[in-house]
Amino acid sequence: MYLQQYAPEPDSLESQDLWVNFGPQHPSMHGVMRLLVRLEGEVVREVVPIIGYLHRALEKIAESRTFPQFIPYTDREDYLGAMNGNLGYVLAVERLLEVEVPRRAALLRVLVAELNRIASHLIWWGTYSLDLGGWTGVTYGFREREGIVDIFQDLCGARLTYSYLRFGGVSRDIRPETIQKIKDFIPFLRKMLGEYRTLLTGNVIFEARTQGIGVISKEEAVNWGLTGPNVRASGVDYDLRRDDPYCLYPEFEFDVPVAVEGDCYARYLCRFEEMYQSLRIVEQVLAKLEPGPIQGKVPRVIKPKAGEVYLRTEAPRGELGVLLVADGSPTPWRLKLRGPSFNAVGAIPRLAQGWKIGDLISIIGSIDIILPDVDR
Amino acid sequence: MQQFLQPAIDLFERIPLLGMTVAGLTVFGGMCVVALVLVLMERKVAADFQTRPGPNRYGPYGAFQTIWDALKLLRKEDIRPTAVDFWVWFAAPVIVFVAAFAAYVTIPFDPVLYVKDLNIGVLYVFAIASWGVIGVLMAGWGSNNRYSLFGGLRSAAQLIAYEAPMILAALGPVALAGTLSLRGIVEAQQGVWYVLLQPVGFVIYLITAVAETNRTPFDMPEAEAELTGGFHTEYSGMKFAMFFLAEYANMVLVCSLATVLFLGGWQGPWLPGFVWFFLKVGFLVFLFIWFRWTFPRVRVDQLMVFAWKVLLPLAFLNLLLTGLLIVLGVF
Repeated sequence: MYLQQYAPEPDSLESQDLWVNFGPQHPSMHGVMRLLVRLEGEVVREVVPIIGYLHRALEKIAESRTFPQFIPYTDREDYLGAMNGNLGYVLAVERLLEVEVPRRAALLRVLVAELNRIASHLIWWGTYSLDLGGWTGVTYGFREREGIVDIFQDLCGARLTYSYLRFGGVSRDIRPETIQKIKDFIPFLRKMLGEYRTLLTGNVIFEARTQGIGVISKEEAVNWGLTGPNVRASGVDYDLRRDDPYCLYPEFEFDVPVAVEGDCYARYLCRFEEMYQSLRIVEQVLAKLEPGPIQGKVPRVIKPKAGEVYLRTEAPRGELGVLLVADGSPTPWRLKLRGPSFNAVGAIPRLAQGWKIGDLISIIGSIDIILPDVDR
Repeated sequence: MQQFLQPAIDLFERIPLLGMTVAGLTVFGGMCVVALVLVLMERKVAADFQTRPGPNRYGPYGAFQTIWDALKLLRKEDIRPTAVDFWVWFAAPVIVFVAAFAAYVTIPFDPVLYVKDLNIGVLYVFAIASWGVIGVLMAGWGSNNRYSLFGGLRSAAQLIAYEAPMILAALGPVALAGTLSLRGIVEAQQGVWYVLLQPVGFVIYLITAVAETNRTPFDMPEAEAELTGGFHTEYSGMKFAMFFLAEYANMVLVCSLATVLFLGGWQGPWLPGFVWFFLKVGFLVFLFIWFRWTFPRVRVDQLMVFAWKVLLPLAFLNLLLTGLLIVLGVF
């Protein structure tokens, strides 16, 4: 009896639209997101993203926590790039506090941020392979990420939610054994990335599934607010580490991979190349690391003077903006987080329109969204 | 083997009904065991590709894992969604299951180990194996689930597209041997295996066989990342197990057929015939597993284009060339 609902009316030859729910529980939604998709056969005509399944009101929580108490919450904003989440928030508060960060601590911040970027991209690589039906990639990506997670465990004791950064420094110093671990890890990952290339990058099927799919032009990518590797793949040469420097990034030499095609393959290549560039930065940090203090002088009670600051950093998925308004009390008056994934989700309807169901999955994988960052 | 089986063969010739029953049960039981072994093999090989141990708890090297899994599926509650079209939904796994197993009766595993040697063996196998698609379509329609419907429709389109080049590729060995009987084709490969005379046909057959069994890179009907479970989204317990077993039985079937048509069937030195047969099938199955765990999935329209615009003309050309060479007396 339910079948009648979907069948065309007996006296007309017009076909009905088919609305399909992708999610909130679906194998290729990266978290709990729901996409209402209007299909015409296999062709996607309309996509309506429905978000909010992971909403935890992080911004509102911030208003009832003291400044240091909110650091662990920033881990949970984008849990695959927790170090970068810490970094954005800590830098914003430090700008209000006007504290000096010792050199060793600043170098360690760059080190963990870049290692975390690699870890995040490794997971993206694995899940993208899975989205396209290649089951083996996901185990490889997670295996290599495990090396980085072990390094972080040595460093701060946590494996996912690090809360490693502090106002004016970092929580713990790095041990020589951990440095050795990182030094061993770098050539290993280089070798493995070469293996990834042979497994996925040059594969004919992979190229057929990504090249020319989900194209977005330079202007449109900017207008839709895409950031990070997504916008760089459309030909916008823009990286906050270089163009709006923070931490000690101007000291390091690295290239910003840019592609012009704007399709899934270009986004894939940009992210892939970023892993090599991050490895270069990590190597340079290790060469510069000298003994010294890891914690600058900060007041016992963090009470920034009244004021407003907007600070943006380059998180693994793009631009992470932190707007912080302080009123002189020990809690933020208002905190606004601008996550890269939220805008990326907004662009899915534009990117996926007119493509097939399989391409929709390919597109969602290529823009690398993470749902806790979308909902916050 | 011949002497060992002779009394039984005599008995079955006197009482045909008993013979048919025993043969049917043997094929069915044997193929169930083969499918179970295959599931284990797939999991172990996949684990090896993915650098993880795979099942290793029940029995030596996890050998009993699939048996426990099958028993678990049998014990599960048989969930029947309220919105299904009951008889269509109910009959679908049965049809798929029966189609997968019925085709085995003509496969000659050994000079004497076969149920019935039909003089239209190749035709029979393809005809029976084509039933499967009806079951998949019924599952897709009867489930009353949009994902299932997509899976069923994709499956129908895909199987029709790939059946044509598959049969054309299989006609090469038929033309060479001059018979449709599977046993006759194997015997005709006494000197040289047809894979040497029909390399293009063999490759086309392998590709289409992967598509026929709905495996990656051509696993459109159940494309997990897109359609969650495809046509078997709404099935659980025993019915799911039937789809699952049928998938593996189908895989063994197409590999057996490839062995018969191209790899000389039971022929080989030193070892008994059926050992050679299963070694060859095992090698082909390993190829299938290898494909599955290394390739991404193609898109549905690319799949169709590949079948109609590449494989089909190629298969036609191959068949024409084979015919020409036979007429010229080269083969």
